[in-house]
Amino acid sequence: MTALALRRISSTHASRSGSPTPVLDGFSLDVRAGELTVLIGPSGCGKTTLLNHIAGFTRPDAGSIEIDGRSITGPGADRGVIFQQDALLPWMTVVENVEFGLRLRGAPAADRARIARSTLELVDLVGFERHPVWELSGGMKQRVSLARALAADPQMLLMDEPFGALDALTREQMQTLLLKVWRSTGKQIVLVTHDIEEAVFLASDLVMLTARPARVASRMALDFGQRYAAGESARRIKSDATFIDKREQVLSWLFEQGERGDA
Amino acid sequence: MRDSVAADADEPASPMLASWQLSGLTVLAVLGLWWLVTWAAVIPPLYLPGPRAVFGKLVEVSREGYMDATLWQHCEASFLRVFLALLLALATAIPLGLALGLNRMLRALVDPLIEFYRPIPPLAYLPLIVIWFGIGETSKIFLIYLAIFAPIVLATTAGVMAVDPIRIRVAQSLGATRLQLVRFVILPSALPTIMTGIRIALGAGWSTLVAAELIAATRGLGFMIQSASQFLVTDLVVAGILVVALVALLFEIVLRRLQQRFSPWLGRMS
Repeated sequence: MTALALRRISSTHASRSGSPTPVLDGFSLDVRAGELTVLIGPSGCGKTTLLNHIAGFTRPDAGSIEIDGRSITGPGADRGVIFQQDALLPWMTVVENVEFGLRLRGAPAADRARIARSTLELVDLVGFERHPVWELSGGMKQRVSLARALAADPQMLLMDEPFGALDALTREQMQTLLLKVWRSTGKQIVLVTHDIEEAVFLASDLVMLTARPARVASRMALDFGQRYAAGESARRIKSDATFIDKREQVLSWLFEQGERGDA
Repeated sequence: MRDSVAADADEPASPMLASWQLSGLTVLAVLGLWWLVTWAAVIPPLYLPGPRAVFGKLVEVSREGYMDATLWQHCEASFLRVFLALLLALATAIPLGLALGLNRMLRALVDPLIEFYRPIPPLAYLPLIVIWFGIGETSKIFLIYLAIFAPIVLATTAGVMAVDPIRIRVAQSLGATRLQLVRFVILPSALPTIMTGIRIALGAGWSTLVAAELIAATRGLGFMIQSASQFLVTDLVVAGILVVALVALLFEIVLRRLQQRFSPWLGRMS
């Protein structure tokens, strides 16, 4: 079953000098429900543009985007977003941030508290409910962002380089947390990243994009995330020969793309 | 250090002296210099009365009054005018600033009006205001209101325009309506900037006080200073200046405390 369908999307960037450059030109992609799709490609290829179109923040010049057959016309609570920058509301505590989406739709206080409680448990933030968010570390802020998106119970999560600003250790903790969340909620996730190791580790569906205008160059079904869920350690998976092999494969492809883009 | 809102929050505390101690030192130095030059009679008392004469006058005026009103009554009259003007300005400038920050067309339409009147000295349009609104309280409050209005509009507009677009996008993806965006994201995000605007505006308001109380006033600190200057009661002029400065400082401290309380994350968020 197709949950997300992008049909012949075209989009241009209005640059300050000169003519608008096409970022997407007749781009199409189908994503099945429940996948953890990772979009990877050379810098500036239009991954973020694509994600913004799916989120409804920007509209493509042509083409359509459908979720379960409904076309997207703007941002909505069915698509939760998480950016590299946390975008939490600093005048609210952790729990108030997590409850924010529920409060916007007028959910009763008891429901809000119950949902916030279980979501905070899921992201390991129990005990931090009353903390002001500006006191938290970068990794914890991203946990709150994840919890805030999850508490609103969206159909899918759209993540734009969510762990890009974190240190290596925190980043891996967040990757494994995301896999745990993905497995326990079954949410569809579309994630954009620059980090190839992260892409190979997380993706159940890895989509490699060409330099702009972006096209789908290649697509891989991967199972490293499932192996983690089955109990193997993240370090062990990432040092496994099959993992390294895949990673190198994607990396050399990306280098080729980069050289082609420069030429 | 407690009062400072800016980025020095993470600086290690100076082992020598705290900020308030350094500020206190400046005040003491100025007082000392004042006492010294008047004690040595470098400047005649008509030009600059000494601290003793000024504080003596202050005590006298607070007990016996000046021009049929005690110092407290003068204070009260001025305070009430500035406070009413501020309330009026908050009720009008914040909604206008919000609308201007949200709407580019409206901003382009209204901008020339504000920028036209803002740099004009209040004394210049004082006669017009008297012709339009008479010599009662309305004119006095309106003059102070005009001085307070512009900085709050500008600060609110700037604060609204500076809201992180990412915050707005996240809220939209949580299902926020346009009204909810304003209420829960835009206004609270702009609040620290609005507070800074209010601080600047109140300074402008107090400095317009003397001009406002030129209009047939019988009470008020500005009136007291002018009247005293006409009779060459220089010690009362200096005393009046000190009282205005102190009252304004009190406002400023209260506002800084409020700002610190409502936005403790300032300068500490990524």
